[in-house]
Amino acid sequence: MRSVQTRLDTPRSYMREPGGAHPPLDCPPYRSSALRHPKQPLVYLPHTITEITGPRLLSELPVSEHDNDLTRQHEGEPIGERITVSGRVLDTEGRPLRDTLVEIWQANAAGRYAHRADRWPAPLDPNFSGAGRCVTGEDGRYRFTTIKPGAYPWGNSENAWRPAHIHFSLLGRAFVQRLVTQMYFPGDELLALDPIFNSVAEAKARERMLSRLSIERTQPHWALAYEFDVYLRGPQATPFEEAH
Amino acid sequence: MSLPTTPSQTVGPFFAIGLPWEGGPLAAAADVPGAMRIRGTVYDGAGTPVSDALVETWQADPEGRFADLHGHGGPSALAGFRGFARCGAEQGDGSFEIRTVKPGCLPGPHGARQAPHIDVSVFARGLLHRCVTRMYFADEHEANAADPVLASVPAARRETLLAAPIDGGYRFDIHLQGLKETVFFAL
Ligand SMILES: [Fe+2]
Repeated sequence: MRSVQTRLDTPRSYMREPGGAHPPLDCPPYRSSALRHPKQPLVYLPHTITEITGPRLLSELPVSEHDNDLTRQHEGEPIGERITVSGRVLDTEGRPLRDTLVEIWQANAAGRYAHRADRWPAPLDPNFSGAGRCVTGEDGRYRFTTIKPGAYPWGNSENAWRPAHIHFSLLGRAFVQRLVTQMYFPGDELLALDPIFNSVAEAKARERMLSRLSIERTQPHWALAYEFDVYLRGPQATPFEEAH
Repeated sequence: MSLPTTPSQTVGPFFAIGLPWEGGPLAAAADVPGAMRIRGTVYDGAGTPVSDALVETWQADPEGRFADLHGHGGPSALAGFRGFARCGAEQGDGSFEIRTVKPGCLPGPHGARQAPHIDVSVFARGLLHRCVTRMYFADEHEANAADPVLASVPAARRETLLAAPIDGGYRFDIHLQGLKETVFFAL
């Protein structure tokens, strides 16, 4: 546990995001959204001190050395294509966010989650739990070693398959920066058919959820490398609303 | 130069692999003076409990200070206070329960004073983006009447933001949709 912690210089107000930055809550092609999206208009919330502060969980949720290597959490190695997934957590001004928690979870190489409610009859892998966490470094960088998850069928329609993806959770520094998203792989033909990926209207915005293969970071004879940078919202350029 | 953010995606049905942890629901340790429970249920538009929702909360301590490292206000001096709770409503009945203390009043925009409140994020399969609400306390009549955020909510819907006192704490149900739909905020 760290005893001395430096206080952070953080913004007093954050940018408001333009429409279309995120998927709509009401998304008919994604059937589960039907009964779960609010129908009343959202009420504008000013960024007060509750919204511009946030948890970090660094001492409460101790992150140990192997938490970012999902291939070493059991006695044996998991089956599948070993990969590294790394990148930076940045704000929308391009400033790296250091010391922020990144949590991931994913299916195994066969597309099966190690969760009791996942009933798809693909094999479980006794050597793969599918969860990892790490804290970003000075330059906002994080890095995981894992295996490439498989595609899996789901109940959205008769023949629906999710493209391979890794779930990402980011705390950022402020309540307003909290983000849960999914990272996808380039060139996956299921992307064009996926209502969750395509819930984001603009192609340019969808691209932000795609990782890219990095031959530079690929470790010869060991693991292909994928790069995925995550952008959390940054400070408002001109603070119209002063938090106190 | 301002870049777009990474878009949000649903937390999906299997977040329990990665997100909850044993101490997650404890925004305050059990021995913190004034420790209490807040429990509730997340419902969908058909009135059915959402058995795969994830609820997160963030709040100040009773002095109005946050357990964070930001240069805003002073840090909380309350030992055992974290101010953040994470609880998966996965018991099959859509219920969640956190342990915390009641927050104090806080400064608000334009010199106003905010009533005690807790920011709440709801994540679930079917939600492509989190839903954000605020929990206020039904027994804080005076402070609530002066709260600028509550004042901005249509009067008929304010009640959806009020946690009701129960034995040992408060109850706060969340309705994602329907006649009792909770007020959610754009931030
Ligand atoms: Fe998934």
